[in-house]
Amino acid sequence: MPDAVAVEARSVTKQFGSGQESVRALDDVSVTIRENEFFTLLGPSGCGKTTLLRLIAGFELPTAGEILLGGEPVEHLPPYERPVNTVFQNYALFPHMTVLQNIAFGLEMRKVAKGEIDSTVQEMLGLVKMSGLGGRRPAQLSGGQQQRVALARALANHPKVLLLDEPLSALDLKLRQGMRTELKNLQKKTGITFVFVTHDQEEALTMSDRIAVMSQGKIQQLGVPLEIYEQPVNRFVADFIGDTNFVSATIDGQAGSFVRCRSAAGLEFLVTPVAGAATGATVTLAVRPEKITPKAGGNAAKVEQTVYVGTDTTYDVRLPDNTRLNLRVPNALSGQAHFAVGDSIGIEVPPGAARMLQD
Amino acid sequence: MTVALTASRLATVQADLERRRIRTRWGLVLPAMIVIGVFGIVPLLIILVYSFLVAGGYGGVEWKFTTDAYVSFLFEKDIFDGTFKFVSDYLEIFWRSIWLALLTTVACVVLGFPTAYFMATRPASQRNYWVFLITLPFWTNLLIRTYAIMLIIRDEGLVNDGLRGLGLIDKPVHLLYTNFAIIVGLLYSFLPFMVLPLYSSLEKLDFRLVEAGFDLYATRRSVLWRIIVPLAKPGIIAGCLLVFIPALGAYITPLILGGGGELMIGNLIALQFGTSRNWPFGSALALILMAAVMSALIIYVRTSTERGRAAHG
Amino acid sequence: MVEQTIARPLAVDAERRPRGPARHALDLKRQPGFGTIAMLCLVMLYAPIVILVIFSFNTSPSVTRWQNFSLQWFVKVLENREIHDAALNSLTISIVATIVSTIIATLAALATTRTRPWPGQTAAYMVINLPLMVPEIITAVATLSFFALLASTAQINLGIGNLILAHSVFCIPFAYMPIRARLEDMDLTLEQAAADLYATPWQAFKHVTLPLLTPGVSSGAALAFIVSIDDFTITQMVAGPGQTTLPLYIWGQLHKTGVTPEVNAISTILLVVSILFVTLSFLIGRKRK
Repeated sequence: MPDAVAVEARSVTKQFGSGQESVRALDDVSVTIRENEFFTLLGPSGCGKTTLLRLIAGFELPTAGEILLGGEPVEHLPPYERPVNTVFQNYALFPHMTVLQNIAFGLEMRKVAKGEIDSTVQEMLGLVKMSGLGGRRPAQLSGGQQQRVALARALANHPKVLLLDEPLSALDLKLRQGMRTELKNLQKKTGITFVFVTHDQEEALTMSDRIAVMSQGKIQQLGVPLEIYEQPVNRFVADFIGDTNFVSATIDGQAGSFVRCRSAAGLEFLVTPVAGAATGATVTLAVRPEKITPKAGGNAAKVEQTVYVGTDTTYDVRLPDNTRLNLRVPNALSGQAHFAVGDSIGIEVPPGAARMLQD
Repeated sequence: MTVALTASRLATVQADLERRRIRTRWGLVLPAMIVIGVFGIVPLLIILVYSFLVAGGYGGVEWKFTTDAYVSFLFEKDIFDGTFKFVSDYLEIFWRSIWLALLTTVACVVLGFPTAYFMATRPASQRNYWVFLITLPFWTNLLIRTYAIMLIIRDEGLVNDGLRGLGLIDKPVHLLYTNFAIIVGLLYSFLPFMVLPLYSSLEKLDFRLVEAGFDLYATRRSVLWRIIVPLAKPGIIAGCLLVFIPALGAYITPLILGGGGELMIGNLIALQFGTSRNWPFGSALALILMAAVMSALIIYVRTSTERGRAAHG
Repeated sequence: MVEQTIARPLAVDAERRPRGPARHALDLKRQPGFGTIAMLCLVMLYAPIVILVIFSFNTSPSVTRWQNFSLQWFVKVLENREIHDAALNSLTISIVATIVSTIIATLAALATTRTRPWPGQTAAYMVINLPLMVPEIITAVATLSFFALLASTAQINLGIGNLILAHSVFCIPFAYMPIRARLEDMDLTLEQAAADLYATPWQAFKHVTLPLLTPGVSSGAALAFIVSIDDFTITQMVAGPGQTTLPLYIWGQLHKTGVTPEVNAISTILLVVSILFVTLSFLIGRKRK
């Protein structure tokens, strides 16, 4: 049974300013977010992800289109009447209130009974592992602690949807990684729909049930992390997620369920075709560095630079037609030949490893 | 050997430069120190001394030490039996001045806070003009402005004319020469003094906190009282001080709008140096006023440093 | 799982919600009624002044009933001998006091800004701002006592110089503020660049600091001038016979003849002068950011 829909955006457009100076932050965006889902909006700054979040929260109104929560349109509802809560990027903790008072705030505003407020607040403190620190003020907390309080403050209201606006961006690496796991577990535990905004693709890939990759106000691709990584639909998504090599190739002919493509330098790829791919057409292929295997004794390419990255070694190689490729080879496997600058190597790409892009 | 020499020579050079720097700074600031010192501070010291002298027959002082001036603030000597009687007249004037200054301060907050908030929430390009508009009246002549108010609220003035014209009253309402008139005058003079520090404070408010409040189901009212006002507290206190202290020592406003009957401390002091010809008493009153002003300032500084310390744990 | 001890989230019941494209008032910064109060305050602040000005153009001597537009009172003012004398006094005192206080304030600002703390800096800063802290009536009687003492013991009477000195004292902090603000905005590296290009400290000051400081100095001078020309309390106490200034004249007239359109007229002129100078000061201060 498919999960019910928690949030839906229908053809939403958001324009700021007018006339010559107008900026279209969102351009005819439609997306459906399911209940109990950890949904991520991923993209570079200015792509519209935060704008979409703010539209769901109610801080902005769409220029066109509709936002629905639980199937009901919500344009007429101000933020304090929507069953959503936000974890702000800068946490926005009230500096003049203690941790306890911050967390209790939403409950107080909704006139929950005092006894219930107290027990909920304590529960939340325990949930984010901040028990005993209720009397502190935000200024006395570290960045990581402030973030947990912001989380607790939002969760205390048991919202249907929790919106998180780049909540981890201000934390240092180790803390960030720890929080990723915690957030994921929290979401599973509470069952609340999380809508998570980030520009960090590693975060998106590790935490999300589904990802919407955005750029310039449009959703470029929507899918589960595996899809997004392995099957990028266009150049932007392929480039934004992970490292990618782009190779121009001509379609040669069929080979079973694949088509054969040949690059100018003679490299052959077996790829799954996209709709409308005809023999003879020139297409762009995307190949991940870790999917290319170098072979000793070949002369498909020459090694120009090697970089030792601890777990792997990356090789920058140049093909006879001056195409450059980046290869990534794990160091741990013994039996792997190590190549040096100047070596000539062969290139092997397994069938289906390269992706044909729609562009 | 050479190393030690160089190090010590460097130290001397640095000390020299520092001495020269301090000397230059002092030299530049000296004219201001002298002018304000001689013509500002010395006069204050003089009236301090005067407050302990005997009043001269035709104004001025006689150089004999006495504490009469301070005593006569609270007590009057019965000329027949030499006993001291507690006299509350001057104390009343003092209390009334404090009371009027307090009411003015409260009125300024009630009117000034919404105004400052409104200004702070205008688009950035507009704000400077608002600040200009609010401060402009401050720079015009206080005498003239107060006189203008007098024109409006007196018996033959616009307010009464208007009320008569609308048929609401038959006889003029006596607005002039009352405490009400003084408060209106003081409010008029000091409103910008409340608005500006409040505006300064509110402009720096992080409105994302307001958004967070809304996100947590607060209504506009709750956001105002639970979030905005507490965060604007330093501005409110600064504004209150900026209004209360000058209001306490007001002179022109009660002079014009209070008539002879409603005296504030400022008028009382001026009187001693005018027709009452009691300079020592006037000096004593002035110093008591100074003491009140200083206490208010000290309380403010004390509480603001305490608050500063508390906020940073 | 988070227990269902928490109140159910807000349900948006169908009846409460208006149909159709009604949208909520979006301006989250808006507080109801504040705009009205702000406008009210503005009106309140300007109404008396505006009314005064309007009635100074009234033909009838009444200051409440409008008759006809006329410049007769201004003409009378311009022909009035006493007003001429008062205006002369006012201008003399204020111009000299402005010059003196602006120079002193500029030096003081240079001393107290853009620097590592130096011993005595806080004391200096407090002294400079002292005139602002002391209620004007106290300054007035203290200054009176000072000059009276000087006259009676040392036989020193500077005539109008007394007033000039008294004015200079309270003008200094008013001139100081804009100059200091301008100085703090200025880039320290400019003088360092000048020094790098072989300018002596004096040359750097003359060719770099001073020109850039001019808006601040002008702004400060304008403020000092206004404060001086508008002063009443201190002037009233310290002035001797024949040293009437415009505000004193107005006060004298109020006492003698009460409220008259002539008084309105001269008040209007003073108001216009103040407003001009403040606007000037504001505009200069804003230019060249």
